Amino acid sequence: MKIIVTIKQVPETGNVKMDPVTGTMKRDGVESIVNPLDLYAVEEAIRLKNEFGGEIIAITMGPPKADRALREVISMGCDSGILLSNKSFAGADTWSTSYVLAQAIKKLGEYDLILCGERATDGDTGQVGPGIATWLDITFTTYVSGVKEVKENSLVIERMVETGYEILEIENPSLLTVIKEINYPRLPSLRGKQKARKLDIPVWGPEEIDVENKNLGLKGSPTRVVRISKPKVSRNGELFVCKNDQDIENAVGKMFEFLESKEII
Amino acid sequence: MSYKNVWTLSEQEQGKLKEVSFELLKRGRALADKRKVELVAIVLGHNLDKDDLQKLIYFGADKVLVVDAPELEYFLTDPYVNVVTKLIENHKPEILIASATTTGRTVAPAVAIKVNTGLTADCTGLDIDDEGHLIQTRPAIGGNILATIKTPIHRPQMASVRPHSNQPLDIDKSRTGEIVYEEIDKELLKSRIKRIEFHENEEETGNIQDAEVIIAGGKGCKTEEKFKMIKEIATLMHGAVGGSREAVDLGWISYPHQIGLSGQTVSPHFYLVAGVSGAVQHLAGIKTAENIVAINNDSEAQIFQVADFGIQGDLNDILPVIINKLKERKEGK
Repeated sequence: MKIIVTIKQVPETGNVKMDPVTGTMKRDGVESIVNPLDLYAVEEAIRLKNEFGGEIIAITMGPPKADRALREVISMGCDSGILLSNKSFAGADTWSTSYVLAQAIKKLGEYDLILCGERATDGDTGQVGPGIATWLDITFTTYVSGVKEVKENSLVIERMVETGYEILEIENPSLLTVIKEINYPRLPSLRGKQKARKLDIPVWGPEEIDVENKNLGLKGSPTRVVRISKPKVSRNGELFVCKNDQDIENAVGKMFEFLESKEII
Repeated sequence: MSYKNVWTLSEQEQGKLKEVSFELLKRGRALADKRKVELVAIVLGHNLDKDDLQKLIYFGADKVLVVDAPELEYFLTDPYVNVVTKLIENHKPEILIASATTTGRTVAPAVAIKVNTGLTADCTGLDIDDEGHLIQTRPAIGGNILATIKTPIHRPQMASVRPHSNQPLDIDKSRTGEIVYEEIDKELLKSRIKRIEFHENEEETGNIQDAEVIIAGGKGCKTEEKFKMIKEIATLMHGAVGGSREAVDLGWISYPHQIGLSGQTVSPHFYLVAGVSGAVQHLAGIKTAENIVAINNDSEAQIFQVADFGIQGDLNDILPVIINKLKERKEGK
């Protein structure tokens, strides 16, 4: 099986700054990690490779230092990595990002499967995976919680939806976005780390892939961030402090009065 | 032909429309009124309930556009994406809103690429600006920021909104409108993906998306054993069980019960939450809950800022008192 895994380098959330002019994220000075949900896609690729053989290519679009994210997933077990990095890619929305990734994947020749995390923890859109599949005109599905069977020309998978689990058969090649129910990602191995350190990671820009310049970066993106604000959530309810059993008895009593007043009980 | 009208993408199961279809109409109605255009509800399915289609009009639609085919009986990526794309190409809506469900979040991003336009996921607010553009507001970066997004040139402007982030309009049986069935080329209904089986969730712990009462616990419960008190209260109050990301990561409750940005958004009538500090990610998932009671050890915990009623103390001491009181009431009645 030839598997392509898309990953994204994201900031550790909690300490994020925005550029007030472009409305995009400032990535300098913030610690970067591999999007935690992408690790499930990487792990599933490794499991499939271990069972059925083949190769895993990890691909990411980001700033030059995003090669660290690729090295991390290579140390887990991916065979190689490709970094899509160029000033002209910067500020891309999900439409433009999925376009560039799809054009790069086209250059990799035939493949059986593309695996993606369900969404990235920074953008939180979950749109790039479906976008890539659509640009490539391959079938796809989302919220995949298990790969049940690998057949000659298809996969049998389990998909989590609001009311239960679907069992689907999907033709190759396909793209799946996976959720964390699917597996437990492994830690990088020592041997993997050594390999990842030495491995050459090619950097591709618009010259290396067949892209139309008008589709790139902020200029090529249909959506525009026009304003950034801080969310406010505050209700100022009553707070009962409990230091002993009597306080608890009292607070719970008041709570039940509250529940009755709101017709909850 | 220029782009006109507001569309909502309805969802159905076994021919019956889901609640989200009606919720979307409230959002869509407000936008259509501001643009002074028609609100059209799109429905894909098979053997659709006629009374349900009429209800879309009672709940705000001016027109219902239906594609009925055996291949659309349940959601599958290929035919759904193809049909929605074709409808957009045929009728050119100015705005299309979908629900941010597993279906909406799958169809919409593929359709956006096919019709060459932008899409904003998980919007919490939608409005029309002075120039007539759709203003889309959504939380991003783990709920740390609210971003306001526009699609200045491309049409339709597409957005998804969180399910259950608003109630439907009140029913108005005096409303009139037309229900139109559209024929679709069979070629577009072909699928490279097929459904073999469907396993419905066990009802035991309840579906949190539709629950009126949710009892949730987090890391502060410390052990799986103590998390069971959460489950017990949920049973006693006929509610569903929810968990923070930590509770799910620790395996105390399964992922479908995770509340927050990376799990489900809920809007129950009553939300009781114990041992959850209230990270922005969690708070983003409960903003529309009507009544929130929080129990936490730390008086500085964020969760108290969004609670209508807070109890600061050890949940190991507090939860058993609540359980006893609920039992007493049950026996008393």
